[in-house]
Amino acid sequence: MKSLRIILACALAASLSTAAIHAAAAEEAPPRLHWSFAGPFGIYDQAQLQRGFKIYKEVCSVCHSIKLLAFRNLAEPGGPGFTEAQAAAIAAGFQVTDGPNDQGQMFQRPGGIADHFPPPFPNDQAARAALGGKLPPDMSVLAKARSYESGFPQFIFDAFIDYQEDGPDYIHAIITGYADPPPGETLPPGAQYNKYFPGGAIGMPQPLSDGQVEYTDGTPATVDQYGRDVAAFLMWAAEPSLDARKRLGFQVMIFLIVLTGLLYFTKKKVWHDVVH
Amino acid sequence: MSGHSTYQPQNPFMQWFERRLPIVSLVYSSFVAYPTPRNLNYWWTFGGILAFMLSVQIVTGIVLAMHYTPHVDYAFISVETIMRDVNYGWLLRYVHANGASFFFVAVYVHMARGMYYGSYKEPREVLWILGVILFLLMVVTGFMGYVLPWGQMSFWAATVITNLFSALPGVGEPIVTWLWGGYAVGNPTLNRFYSLHYLLPFVIAGVVVLHVWALHMVGLNNPTGVEPKSDKDSVAFTPYATVKDAFFIGVFCIIFAWFVFYIPNYLGHSDNYIMANPGQTPTHIVPEWYYLPFYAILRAIPSKLLGVTALASSILILAFMPWLDTSRVRSANYRPYYRVFLLLFFAAVVGLGYLGSQEPSGGYVIAARILTVYYFGFFLVILPLLGLFEPTKPLPNSISESVLSQGVPT
Repeated sequence: MKSLRIILACALAASLSTAAIHAAAAEEAPPRLHWSFAGPFGIYDQAQLQRGFKIYKEVCSVCHSIKLLAFRNLAEPGGPGFTEAQAAAIAAGFQVTDGPNDQGQMFQRPGGIADHFPPPFPNDQAARAALGGKLPPDMSVLAKARSYESGFPQFIFDAFIDYQEDGPDYIHAIITGYADPPPGETLPPGAQYNKYFPGGAIGMPQPLSDGQVEYTDGTPATVDQYGRDVAAFLMWAAEPSLDARKRLGFQVMIFLIVLTGLLYFTKKKVWHDVVH
Repeated sequence: MSGHSTYQPQNPFMQWFERRLPIVSLVYSSFVAYPTPRNLNYWWTFGGILAFMLSVQIVTGIVLAMHYTPHVDYAFISVETIMRDVNYGWLLRYVHANGASFFFVAVYVHMARGMYYGSYKEPREVLWILGVILFLLMVVTGFMGYVLPWGQMSFWAATVITNLFSALPGVGEPIVTWLWGGYAVGNPTLNRFYSLHYLLPFVIAGVVVLHVWALHMVGLNNPTGVEPKSDKDSVAFTPYATVKDAFFIGVFCIIFAWFVFYIPNYLGHSDNYIMANPGQTPTHIVPEWYYLPFYAILRAIPSKLLGVTALASSILILAFMPWLDTSRVRSANYRPYYRVFLLLFFAAVVGLGYLGSQEPSGGYVIAARILTVYYFGFFLVILPLLGLFEPTKPLPNSISESVLSQGVPT
């Protein structure tokens, strides 16, 4: 029972402290952006996913793991559209731990296409030790693990307008949301102010600044654009089957509407002579 | 109920088989010749929809179980593997997860229809109580299923809900430890929830058989609440009810498909895409939308024990409806006051659902208390008294009379 009490006490303390932060600063709602993968016919923009991947590889991957993603995914349909050779070349640029070998030793080898992205730190404790006690979340499903309250009645409309881009909107908002804290707001040591982060005090320093990642396709190298591209990439990493899902969805919808229409007329015919 | 054809096998083999196991004639009399009131509206198609949804959940669930790993270290990853590497795994999982929601949509409509048209009244009490048992089984099954992906909401919902038992005086804490299989929600909890989540749908299927059996003993209710008196009042189940059910299952599936293919995560909570972490509590823990009214009732009451009692009573009280309602008239169409109080009751349940999703503070708590009082007042005060004082509208003599007086052939 002791462990239970400890858990409950921690839970209570955590909820009280977050409640206190909530009361102190109500964060802004992220702006809703236009995404290529929004709507019933939306699909990922390959060029955007490639740019987003470049940002992840050069910037985010220094601290954030993306364990569920494999190098082969980069060459799969509905993704960034790398060729298998390109995906293999990207994999070869990473060192992965393998083993034990015949001598019983773990060893490092270049990554292969079937490997998953190796994490930047061997374990969570190592990450915390290196980053001042903070653990950067794994990015595999981050775009589905983050959201914000749309509030009443907007949340009802969202079901009809097919709004599922709360995650990428939030990620883009966080990347562009660094600002000076409002007067009177004191931040915990080591924290930055971000107007979209719940509570306002975020542990991650501003990750991207204008011109930091080089774009070769003429896309403007701005923080706003970086935010869009990396959020799109993370959405793909979290939901690699989105293109296939929407394509199949359209076929299923056509089938169901035709079938239901036929059933409606069958029903009318069957009931034609029955007063009811 | 005579006059409709019964199954008379012509084929010699079928005659031989019929004498040994009359299952074909059972199916025939239950789903073909079964007399169905001719005035049923589309609210009556939700029984068929529920049978369809149960099948969908069992089929998708069995395939998902082939790929799922019930272990605290692997459950979350195995669900993501289903989403990424299993052929059409994303489809199976989204159908199953949204299927649970649509199962509850259908059951709530089905229950509301029963309440509106007085389908719980004599002689359908056992049918109704079996329905309440089915609903309870669905609640338990759905809750355990929500724990399996082992996300943050899974873990904390399991912790909060199992902890409710600790409110019981004396035996509470041992019961909670027994439920968990340990001193906190952990691997034994996940394993037993998985086992029970696989078992209970088949229990549900069994009780559905009893529910349908009871239905066939007493016959279908109808919008007038007047029992069929002659053959003119009924039509054969097939093709009339079958085709009508099939059409509305189609309509239901279109809405279902909209959620599965276009907004698959709309009804879920984003925190459940974060792996369970016993050391970190989510900002606020909310159950799935279909439990929110009951969650609001639980939180509306400051005492934990009383809150848990109210939570349990809010579902169990449904089983007593046939005796709490003193009116002799079934259908709300002929009960002007009951109709208003019932629609207010539905509004109160929706309101409680909204309050259940909000943080319990200030005005929200007061509103939840008012609605909780109305929830129980409806059953314990309004239903018994209304039957004694309510002036009801004149009932039609028969279903045919009511249908013909409207005179709308289709």
